[in-house]
Amino acid sequence: MALEPKEIYEKLQAAFPDISVEFDEAVPCIIVEPMKWKTVALFLRDADDLKFDSLMCLSGVDNGDGNLVSVCHLDSLAHRHKLTVKCVVPADDPKVESVEQVWRTADWHEREAYDLIGIEYVGHRDLRRILMPYDWTGHPLCKDYEVPEFYNGIKVPY
Amino acid sequence: MFDNSVTTREDIRDRGLRTEEMVLNMGPQHPSTHGVLRLELVLEGEIIRKVIPHIGYLHRCFEKHAENESYTQVIPYTDRMDYLASMNNNHGYALGIERLMGIEVPERVEYIRVIMAELQRIASHLVAIGTYGMDIGAFTPFLYCFRDREHILDIFEKTCGARLLYNYIWIGGVSHDVYPEFVKDVAEVVKILRPTIKELNDLLNYNKIFIDRTANVGVLPADVAINYGCTGPMLRGSGVNFDLRRDDPYSIYDRFEWEVRIGKGEAGTVGDCWDRHMVRVWEMEESCNIIEQALESFPEGDVHAAIPRRVRPPKGEIYVRVENPRGELGYYIISDGTGTPFRIKARAPGFSNLSVINEISQGHMVADIVAILGSIDIVLGEIDR
Repeated sequence: MALEPKEIYEKLQAAFPDISVEFDEAVPCIIVEPMKWKTVALFLRDADDLKFDSLMCLSGVDNGDGNLVSVCHLDSLAHRHKLTVKCVVPADDPKVESVEQVWRTADWHEREAYDLIGIEYVGHRDLRRILMPYDWTGHPLCKDYEVPEFYNGIKVPY
Repeated sequence: MFDNSVTTREDIRDRGLRTEEMVLNMGPQHPSTHGVLRLELVLEGEIIRKVIPHIGYLHRCFEKHAENESYTQVIPYTDRMDYLASMNNNHGYALGIERLMGIEVPERVEYIRVIMAELQRIASHLVAIGTYGMDIGAFTPFLYCFRDREHILDIFEKTCGARLLYNYIWIGGVSHDVYPEFVKDVAEVVKILRPTIKELNDLLNYNKIFIDRTANVGVLPADVAINYGCTGPMLRGSGVNFDLRRDDPYSIYDRFEWEVRIGKGEAGTVGDCWDRHMVRVWEMEESCNIIEQALESFPEGDVHAAIPRRVRPPKGEIYVRVENPRGELGYYIISDGTGTPFRIKARAPGFSNLSVINEISQGHMVADIVAILGSIDIVLGEIDR
């Protein structure tokens, strides 16, 4: 049976009284404490009435106000419901628990978010850059990113 | 499967020979990698123990560019992601912005979009099937496929002037109305295509050598496919009955009758390379069905009526997904209320599909990696973006 995000939020609140879980009506989405995210993720994946077996997309976002957001779009093939989960972290200490071992999709997507935004996924077994060269410095999709003048002694044209 | 028990490292070591794993770089310039992809193969003799893909050689900063352009200027960039399925890329992006802005598009536009998207799907699958045959050593089907793809590209060219990157589906409409003989031309192309599919079956798909190379190779179980985020023919080849056109309907796909075709393990195991390949062949038939039905009720109307003068979506965000030839193409669009997107993330189907390669190629021979990679049907343009 398909559930609304609000109902899922109430279920999460009941299941995890000591983890901070918030609900944002505007999107709608659920905002989870970054370092407790994996526990919640496992519950979302395995609970019989939730069964979020597929992670559609994981994106890193630089809010521009000193916060980075890791956004997960979840889908359940069994129940046909969807959910958006966000983890908000400060840009100077961007640590989010990795869900790479919950959904393997997250493996490359977290590497991408690390590469382009700079979110560190704690517990990821292979957190390397994926799209940019391995020796690149900086995270290009950050709002305050400045293109380096030189890369390995080569002038970067723009 | 083959028996490799006689060639294990322990056996060789027992005979007093020194042995170690070998690392072989396949690519970035390798004909079977369909673009610029480097696979680091960890081999034990000829047996693959591990595959480490290195991507990013074609990274063109699509997402960074998108943050510096207006919403309409992003559309040509989406063309260049999956350059074999530009129409579908445009379609997904336009849908996202339309949902954000609450635009209702005219009937005629919906029909044109669906016909174009399905023609594009056939064109893309023809390339996939043709090049897959060529990867494995069958050259002729490649020429047949490209010959037939040409008919579809001709229609695109007559409609919007471009043959590969169209910038055709705009926010709220399409760039040009179709030309007067469009319906007749498309009907004709569908008539040409149907026997082609049969021809392909005789020439390639049920060929003994082809089946020997692809059946039971690179078996992807359904639960692994879902967990890795594999979508499209990859997922359906593994026997999962899931298609966004039916299960998360967008545009007007819910009006047509067609079937979601899945792999059944006819030639070997469910989820092997042959199944993935055949799902593409069957999907071409289904696309023909959709196109024929759409042509029957093709309405009149103005295709430019709903195109907004200024694209300025209200503050908010949306995740929209469409069924690309390669799987689920998702756009995560955040708008801050200005004329340029705050953030656009494209979830490319090939990105997740490729990540499973290590899982499904372990224990196979080096030659099989070509068969497996071909069956994933990657387009590096969308993986690297």
